[in-house]
Amino acid sequence: MKKFNLKKTTKVDFATYLGVIVTFIVLFVMQNGGMLSYSMSGMLVPICCFIVMAVSLNLTVGILGELSLGHAGFVSVGAFSGIIASQSLIGVIESASLRLAIALVAGAIFAAIAGVLVGIPVLRLRGDYLAIVTLAFGEIIKDLINCLLVGIDSKGLHVLFNAKGLLTVEDLHLEEGGRVIIKGAQGATGIQTISTFTAGFILIMITLVVVLNLTRSRSGRAIMALRDNRIAAESVGINVTKYKLMAFVTSAALAGAAGALYGLNFSAVISSTFNFNISIEILLMVVFGGLGNIWGSVIAAAVIRLLPELLREFNDYRMLFYAIILILVMIATNNPTFKNMLGKLIPKKKGAEIDG
Amino acid sequence: MLEFLSYLISGISLGSVYAIIALGYTMVYGIAKMLNFAHGDVIMVGGYVSLLAMTSLGLPTWAAILLAMVVCTVLGVIIEGLAYKPLRSAPSLAVLITAIGVSYFLQNSALLIWGANPKVYSPIIEGTFKLFDGKLPISYISMLTVSVCIVIMIGLTIFTSKSKMGKAMRACSEDKAAAQLMGINVNKTISLTFAIGSALAAIAGVLLCSSYPTLMPTTGSMPGIKAFTAAVFGGIGSIPGAFLGGILLGIIESLAKAYISTQLANTVVFAVLIIVLLVRPAGLLGKYVPEKV
Repeated sequence: MKKFNLKKTTKVDFATYLGVIVTFIVLFVMQNGGMLSYSMSGMLVPICCFIVMAVSLNLTVGILGELSLGHAGFVSVGAFSGIIASQSLIGVIESASLRLAIALVAGAIFAAIAGVLVGIPVLRLRGDYLAIVTLAFGEIIKDLINCLLVGIDSKGLHVLFNAKGLLTVEDLHLEEGGRVIIKGAQGATGIQTISTFTAGFILIMITLVVVLNLTRSRSGRAIMALRDNRIAAESVGINVTKYKLMAFVTSAALAGAAGALYGLNFSAVISSTFNFNISIEILLMVVFGGLGNIWGSVIAAAVIRLLPELLREFNDYRMLFYAIILILVMIATNNPTFKNMLGKLIPKKKGAEIDG
Repeated sequence: MLEFLSYLISGISLGSVYAIIALGYTMVYGIAKMLNFAHGDVIMVGGYVSLLAMTSLGLPTWAAILLAMVVCTVLGVIIEGLAYKPLRSAPSLAVLITAIGVSYFLQNSALLIWGANPKVYSPIIEGTFKLFDGKLPISYISMLTVSVCIVIMIGLTIFTSKSKMGKAMRACSEDKAAAQLMGINVNKTISLTFAIGSALAAIAGVLLCSSYPTLMPTTGSMPGIKAFTAAVFGGIGSIPGAFLGGILLGIIESLAKAYISTQLANTVVFAVLIIVLLVRPAGLLGKYVPEKV
């Protein structure tokens, strides 16, 4: 066999792509052959979305090294802008795939705008302060979308901001035949569910290409230098704001696209779907998979989404088991004593570890 | 004017609850440098234990509160010992995730034990005190909350500045290795901090449920997040900061609810937080430590 002279990271990257492609083909065949249970095939698209969210958050937390507790905020922005885009194009563009593509792009763009707006002031903060501000941002987005009334008719989009909670759908003054897209706290209803597993796969591949190429590029090395030692990086002339913002906004845009895909997978979505717990769940996937480890995030996202499903036979106890597994895994992978025990079983890896 | 005053008072009362929770957050953060996300759920446990003690066991109020404090203290120390102690040298993110795991664990245990249905909590004291010929009613529970909060704040300040254990706590939060060399038992001090924080959480639980008399397994999470915000707002790690942050947050929330929009109250609170942090990156009373190169 011919031996390729590739760098180790490149090999890992190709293995990641290959793994995702093979898994997709297997699942796709199984789904079409009717070998997947109803609940399982229903989970395929959400799992794809969560993989993208986890990989994109890994860019912020693992590669850039800034803790973000508001990733669901960007997902939410993406989801609702994607829903608005897709719903208002019903009848204009017939092809559902094209509408889905436009919705994903719209989700990504609006989430990126939110990323810039949040990123510029907020990235000055560090550590736990940044974490709390991203948390606050997520909550703010949730509340703002709760106040949003959006409808469409032949004159175009009608948007109202229902700050006092006194306005109703009637106040949009839609024409005969107009459609209401978002009804404030009731969220978006009557969504045409156009998300497909294939679209999810394509989005995962795009995300992997974007994130992996960014990480392995000159900019990616600059971003990682900022993570490892900000002062040293700054002193060799790395533009802190530029690179931080680059990672943060890319992460937000990808999360937005994932949000749009997620939103268009359900017929009704409310803004509190994307609450603090979702941010935490995505963070969990990143930490579980290993900070800065992209394929780790992919696997962790799939496992964490599947775990409650696999524990279903325990019924009421499943979330309890989930919590216990979570604590035990964290202790097993981080406690020095356990680590030594594991280290004796598994041969030592070469190279420095990435620490948080 | 009277209307404004009554909103202000309810804000201060709500803020006092936040402040008590935030004190627990801030002490644990100061010493263990970790965000204890399970803190909010300890509040919920405190609420349930005191409710059960009063209704099922028929204990008098003071005994119910005491029981809740004891249960929460033990719970806090056990959590610390089982979940956080093995991770003392781990990266902070791992500890954060573990804390989230503990929070899920407590919420789901409560769900299994007490069910998902909200329980009605009967306030520990009822009645209102009327000012200006009854135009400005102040409930006794708000007065109690505010006074308890002030007592706790003063007590903690004296404890940390004067007592031997308190000084040990400050030493540990300053420099753990140096504290150990001076003969301070760091592990014991951290356990003590968790014990105090959890006992405060129990008190906060009783007061919170007395002001907002519904109790569910998720009751603790939102006040927990708000109190965490309050702790950061005032400067995390600082006891007067947590107090100030909590009170201000409560007042802002109450006034925003009254004058801006009920739905956007949280948005206003968080927006103020973001603005304050942008102007003072270490919080209102936090010390900004410049990095040394």
